[in-house]
Amino acid sequence: MELYHLTIHELHDMLKKGETTSLAITESVLGRIRAVDDKVKAYITVTGDIARAQAEAADRRIKAGDNASPLLGIPIAIKDNMCTEGIRTTCASKILENFVPPYDATVVRKLNKSGMVLCGKPNMDEFAMGSSTENSGFFITKNPWDLERIPGGSSGGSAAAVAADECIGSLGSDTGGSIRQPASCCGVVGLKPTYGRVSRYGLVAFASSLDQIGPITKDVTDTALLMNVIAGHDPKDSTSANVPAPDFTKALKKDVKGLKIGLPKEYFIEGMDPEVEKAIRDAVKTLKGLGAKVVEVSLPNSDYAVATYYILATSEASSNLARYDGVKYGFRAQDAKDLLEMYMKSRSQGFGSEVKRRIMLGTYALSAGYYEAYYKKGQQARTLIKRDFDEVFKSVDVIATPTAPTAAFKIGEKSADPLQMYLSDIFTISVNLAGIPGMSLPCGFTKGNLPVGLQLLGRHFNEEAIIHAAYAYEQATEWHKRKPKL
Amino acid sequence: MKYETVIGLEVHAQLQTNTKIFCGCETKFGEDANTRTCPVCIGMPGVLPVLNKKAVEFIVKTGLATHCTISSYSRFARKNYFYPDLPKGYQISQYELPVCEKGHVEIVVDGKVKRIGLTRIHLEEDAGKNLHQPEGGASLVDLNRAGTPLMEIVSEPDIRTPEEASEYLKKLRAILRYIEVSDADMEKGNFRCDANVSIRPVGAKEFGTRAEVKNVNSFKFVQKALEYEIKRQAQVLDDGGKVIQETRLYDSTKGVTFSMRSKEEAHDYRYFPEPDLVPIVVSRETVEAIGKTIPELPDARRERFAKEYGLPEYDADMLTQSRADPEQGAGGVFRRDGKALGPAQGRIELDHGRADAALERREQGDRGLPDQAGPACTHDQDDQ
Repeated sequence: MELYHLTIHELHDMLKKGETTSLAITESVLGRIRAVDDKVKAYITVTGDIARAQAEAADRRIKAGDNASPLLGIPIAIKDNMCTEGIRTTCASKILENFVPPYDATVVRKLNKSGMVLCGKPNMDEFAMGSSTENSGFFITKNPWDLERIPGGSSGGSAAAVAADECIGSLGSDTGGSIRQPASCCGVVGLKPTYGRVSRYGLVAFASSLDQIGPITKDVTDTALLMNVIAGHDPKDSTSANVPAPDFTKALKKDVKGLKIGLPKEYFIEGMDPEVEKAIRDAVKTLKGLGAKVVEVSLPNSDYAVATYYILATSEASSNLARYDGVKYGFRAQDAKDLLEMYMKSRSQGFGSEVKRRIMLGTYALSAGYYEAYYKKGQQARTLIKRDFDEVFKSVDVIATPTAPTAAFKIGEKSADPLQMYLSDIFTISVNLAGIPGMSLPCGFTKGNLPVGLQLLGRHFNEEAIIHAAYAYEQATEWHKRKPKL
Repeated sequence: MKYETVIGLEVHAQLQTNTKIFCGCETKFGEDANTRTCPVCIGMPGVLPVLNKKAVEFIVKTGLATHCTISSYSRFARKNYFYPDLPKGYQISQYELPVCEKGHVEIVVDGKVKRIGLTRIHLEEDAGKNLHQPEGGASLVDLNRAGTPLMEIVSEPDIRTPEEASEYLKKLRAILRYIEVSDADMEKGNFRCDANVSIRPVGAKEFGTRAEVKNVNSFKFVQKALEYEIKRQAQVLDDGGKVIQETRLYDSTKGVTFSMRSKEEAHDYRYFPEPDLVPIVVSRETVEAIGKTIPELPDARRERFAKEYGLPEYDADMLTQSRADPEQGAGGVFRRDGKALGPAQGRIELDHGRADAALERREQGDRGLPDQAGPACTHDQDDQ
């Protein structure tokens, strides 16, 4: 067993016992990146020198007896849409190809304080818009389980890096499924926390009312450990909730007796992938076997989720992405005759086609005469979708669904048809609209040896119920221990 | 034909907070370009706004001083347009739910008191400044001013003459100075005025088509620009033409207004609720506490002077245009003929019961966002 194979908590134990050093772990991970990233292409930027310096600093802290922080000395990858001071942050877009932020995102600042080692900035769909990482402005990340398949998206690089042991844990961001769907595709654990649980300060905005940062890890324990560092109120983010963050590791309990799990009938539809359905039903059986109660529930407005999402998310995006205008930073087109031409050329050349499509959609939805029919209607539908969940959570603790309708699809399979691509997020999108937390964790494999993800949802600010159910399931199964052959 | 003029004014007043509206940068001017900036006010990727508490206090104070209804629930909206001095590509402003609505101020014209209605007062951020080098040179952007807190004060179309417009602006300036929320210095650009002007045949009930005159930066110019614009519109109508809805700029050297853009070319600002800020919630206690900080205002003082000293409205009005207290001056209050009127009397207290009436409960409606736990988030740098 190589060091890079291990989890955060396993390595933390070894560091505490003096069985290894952060530098050794870091070199192991950097070596792994050198060995496999030509194939996987998970990273836009690998921060080897910074990682070594941080590892040495961590080793000095440990030597001085300061080893309490579980993240101390652990190599972490941070999606390339979170600002890292002095380190290029591109959002996988040509328009920010050479952008070096002058400040750290709040999550980065917290992780730095905890002693993490930053090993790099993983690839993603440009500005987090996509479900396959095929929309990256630079290159496509491959699924470590099958290099001809997509790793999911938009946090495809973060999930692939974890699955391929090119980091020990990572951060992703999730606007409509961008943590959970890639976690499902790559056979790892991904948690989208409650909206407001983790500060968005320094996360380059896609859709402000939906975006949320969360961990992508090798197991549920590591998710709890990362949550302990990144969760909590931030005065720099007015939408971050002023509620105390719990110790998420307290929810790591094997006993789920009496836990009530709801199965929404709208998520088990005719024509869904039979292998995915079987894996989910088996997982629910396992949880039942562990003592959980399972009931069928209904989320009647689920049908409207995708339409609602693509109106609200694109509306916000059209405004959030207005700042990339070639004036202050980022890409500026040459040879523009006047201001208007500078704007048009910079944005036409700097943005990729999916980003442009969404800016146009959102601009249209907000236009005079259409606002009422689209944006406003979308907000009303959003309220109904949220109420569906509120209602169901009166009687259950956790909702279980598939994370995605299929396992990872082939590169190129859906990229020509944006609507087909949008439907890969059909089971994850409602969760962002409602603002509730959701996790994907491995629950089986297809005959073709592709991972399948189980999605668990909880009430607002009750990530603990999810972590509890997920941990109990994980401890009763072996899926999370499988590794792709690379 | 004889025409009646209808004027509504939009005033942008800079709030005299120590820091900007959404970040901790100083609101200091005349400094080197781009030295009073941070990632937030220059619109870096990933930054978020945090509302300055003082700015909310100041607008509530202004609303109370101008007899407005203070909304217990209001929110920010994004006004989207591209311009180099607007770093985010949108201005954070207010649209559907402003902080203050339905107020008024009183002016004295020809010895008579006239009430000018206020439609609304809302908060917004200022833009930066573009500096154009001579022919062939570059255009530069200074963002020191970006994010400076502004109040937009919108009047009802109650103003009928350029003189009334001028009196209204003077009264507004006096109030803002009395309550110490803005130095309201027009020359410094801290008190800017756009005018909506239309004319209609005397006796007509319908409003005529209006033109918006922008960029008028002194009291003298406001009057001149309005006089010019009224004459221009009358000429158009007398010649059998139609006034077109457009935005015009005032050229103070030539003394004329000229067309900047027509209605067809007008921006579609695509307003929508600002998702990065939670709604502004103002409690009754807050409104009451702010109410207590309001001194005797020009109108009350004018009435008192008129009553106590038997002053004509005009004199009482003149004496109350600045906060400097004539009663505390060397010789007390004087008539225009120089005769002293007497010593200071007790001040009239603001009716603090007004907070109740001023606070109107807002239906939260279908804002559709998940409920946020915890109070509205504000930054307090100003309190230090």
